[in-house]
Amino acid sequence: MNSRSGWWIVFVKEVRENLRDRRALGMALLYGPLFGPLLFAGLTSFIVGKQLDDAEKPITLAVIGVEYAPNFVDFLQQQGVTLKTPPKDPEAAIRDQSEEVVLAIPSDFGADWLAGKPARIELYVDGSRQASRGAIQRVRGLLNAYSGQVAQLRLQLRGIDPQVSAPLQVVRHDLSTNQSRGATMLAMLPYFLILCAFLGGMYLAIDTTAGERERQSLEPLLINPVSTTQIMAGKLAATTVFALASVVSCVIAFKIGLPYVRADELGVLLTLTPLASVLIVLLVAPIALMAASVQTIIASFARSFREAQTYLQFLMLIPAIPSLLLAVNPIKATSWMLFTPLLSQSLLINQLARGDSLAPLDIAMSIAGTLAASFVAALVAVRLYRGERLALAV
Amino acid sequence: MIEARNLSRAFGGVQAVGDVSFHAEDGRITGLLGPNGAGKTTTLRMLYSLLKPDRGTVSIDGIDTQKDPVAARRRLGVLPDSRGLYKRLTARENIEYFGRLQGLDEAELKARTDALIASLDLRDIEHRRTEGFSQGQRVKTAIARGLVHRPQNVVLDEPTNGLDVMATRALRGFLRDLREQGRCIVLSSHIMQEVAALCDRIVVVAAGRVVAEGTADELRELTGESNLEDVFVKVIGSGEGLMA
Repeated sequence: MNSRSGWWIVFVKEVRENLRDRRALGMALLYGPLFGPLLFAGLTSFIVGKQLDDAEKPITLAVIGVEYAPNFVDFLQQQGVTLKTPPKDPEAAIRDQSEEVVLAIPSDFGADWLAGKPARIELYVDGSRQASRGAIQRVRGLLNAYSGQVAQLRLQLRGIDPQVSAPLQVVRHDLSTNQSRGATMLAMLPYFLILCAFLGGMYLAIDTTAGERERQSLEPLLINPVSTTQIMAGKLAATTVFALASVVSCVIAFKIGLPYVRADELGVLLTLTPLASVLIVLLVAPIALMAASVQTIIASFARSFREAQTYLQFLMLIPAIPSLLLAVNPIKATSWMLFTPLLSQSLLINQLARGDSLAPLDIAMSIAGTLAASFVAALVAVRLYRGERLALAV
Repeated sequence: MIEARNLSRAFGGVQAVGDVSFHAEDGRITGLLGPNGAGKTTTLRMLYSLLKPDRGTVSIDGIDTQKDPVAARRRLGVLPDSRGLYKRLTARENIEYFGRLQGLDEAELKARTDALIASLDLRDIEHRRTEGFSQGQRVKTAIARGLVHRPQNVVLDEPTNGLDVMATRALRGFLRDLREQGRCIVLSSHIMQEVAALCDRIVVVAAGRVVAEGTADELRELTGESNLEDVFVKVIGSGEGLMA
C-alpha cells in the first residue's frame, strides 16, 4: 500500500515548507555564505592596509635632547625620520598612548662618545602594545644601523679590518611563495566554510523538532502509520540538504570574492582554483551531515524554539576551536588529526589555500573520519522520538 | 469498533487513568464525558497508541494496538489534542501530506481530499496558507487531514473546543454523516449538552475511572435526576470542573 517511503514524503514536505520560509532560506543561502567572505575580506583588507602603512609610512619620532648628539640626529633625518617636539615626560607620553616611541639622549652622551665608551641612549616604549610593534622595530633598526656604521668607522680608523667584527655572514633564503604568504591570512578560511555548514541547517534543525512540537503539529504527525525513524530520517535529510546548499554557496562566494581582497599590494595571492573549490566542497560536505545530526539531537531536547536557538548558537563556536589553534600554532598533520572531524578539514583547507596539493589518502581519511562520526550522530538523531517522552514533552 | 480494556497509566506519581474500559460500536457515536483532568486525553492517546498503557489493552477492529500499532493506525483517524497545522503550507497541502504518510496513491489522494474539502466546506480556503486561519478553519483542516485515509474508526479529542455555534452545528452534521456511513466514532468532551446532543452512548469518566455508562436516558434513570447537569454532578461526585 505504501507507494513511497515515509522518509521521502517527510523530506519533500520539509524542503518545500522551508523553501517558503524567508528566514530559513536567507540563513542558508544568503547571510551564512555572505557573512564569511565579507568578514574575511574586511579583516584581510584591514590587516593588509595596516602592514602597508607600517612598512612605508615615514617615521615621525620624538627625540629628547637633540642638541647632545647632532650627528646622530642628522643620520636619523637622512634616513627619512621627521623629528617632532618631544613630550616633557616621556614615560607619561607612552603610558597615555600619545607617543609610540620616545628617544632620549642624556646630556653626558657627547662626553662618553668622545671617550669611546658606549654612549647611553634611552628608548621609551610599551612592548605589550601590538600596534606599536612595527614602529619600535623600525626605530631599533635605525639605532642598530647607526651603531654598526660608527663601529666600522672606528675599527677602520684603528687600522683593523671591520670584517673582524662580523664572524657570521647570514644569507636568508625565503622560500615562501606569494600564495603561501597569503595562507597566513587564509588561516581562518576553514572556519568560515565550516560555519556555513552549521548555519545552513540550523533553522531547519530547530523548526523540524522543537518548532514542530511548539506549534503542536508533532502529535498529529506521529499518529500516522510511519515509523518515527522514517520521520526523523526525512527531517534530517532536509536539514542536511540545506546545510550542503549553504556550503556550496559559501565556496562560490569565496571563489568570486577572494580576488577582490586587496592583498596583491603585499605581493600575496588569494585565490581558489576550480579544483581547490571542488575539493573544499568535498571535504566540508560530510560536516553538513554531522552538523545537521548534532543540531537535530540538541534541538530535540529543547523545550522551545528559543531555547534550541540558544543552544545551537553556542554549538557554532565549537568549529572555531581547530581553526584558532591552527592560526596560533600551525602544526603538521598526523594521521589521527586527519581522522578528526573539523580539525582535518581545517588542516587540509589550509594546505589548499597555501597552494599545496592534497594527497588523495589524506582526503579519504578526512572524509571517512567525519562520515563515520556523522553516521553515529545521525543514528542517534533518527532514534530520538522512539520514546513517548520527547514526542509529548511540554 | 474500538475496545478499551482496563486501561491505566501513571505519570510520575500521578495516576492519570486508573481503570478505564469501554466498548465503541460501529455506526455509533460514543462520548467520553468528564471534567478537566479526568484522564480523557490520556485515555484517547492510549487508543491511538501514542502512549503505552501501564496495564490494559486496546483493540481497533480486533487489532491489538500494542502488537501491531501500524495496522491499527491505518484503521484509525484522529483529531488529537494538539492540532497545529503547518502554517507555510496551504490547507490542501496539509491534508495531502498526511494522506501520503497514510500511503495513499496520488489518484486516491486527490479524490479523498476533494471529498473532504467539499463535505467540510473548505473550498474557499483550500489554497490558502493556514497561517491566520480562524479556530474553526483550523479544526476543520485538522479533521480533514486526520480522516483523509477514510478510516473505519474516528477518535476526536474535544472536537468542538473553541468553535462558535455555526461551526459546532456544521461539525455535528459532519459527525452524524460519518455515523450514517457506519463508522465508529469516539469523542471526548467536558460539556454534557454537547455529548447529550450528539452521542448514542455516554461514558462518564472522573479521576481516571469510568463512573457511569449508558445512553442519556439510561443515565437519567440510573441517577433518578431529570436534568442532565444534575446527572453529571451526581455521577462524578462533585461540581468541580463543570464551569470550564
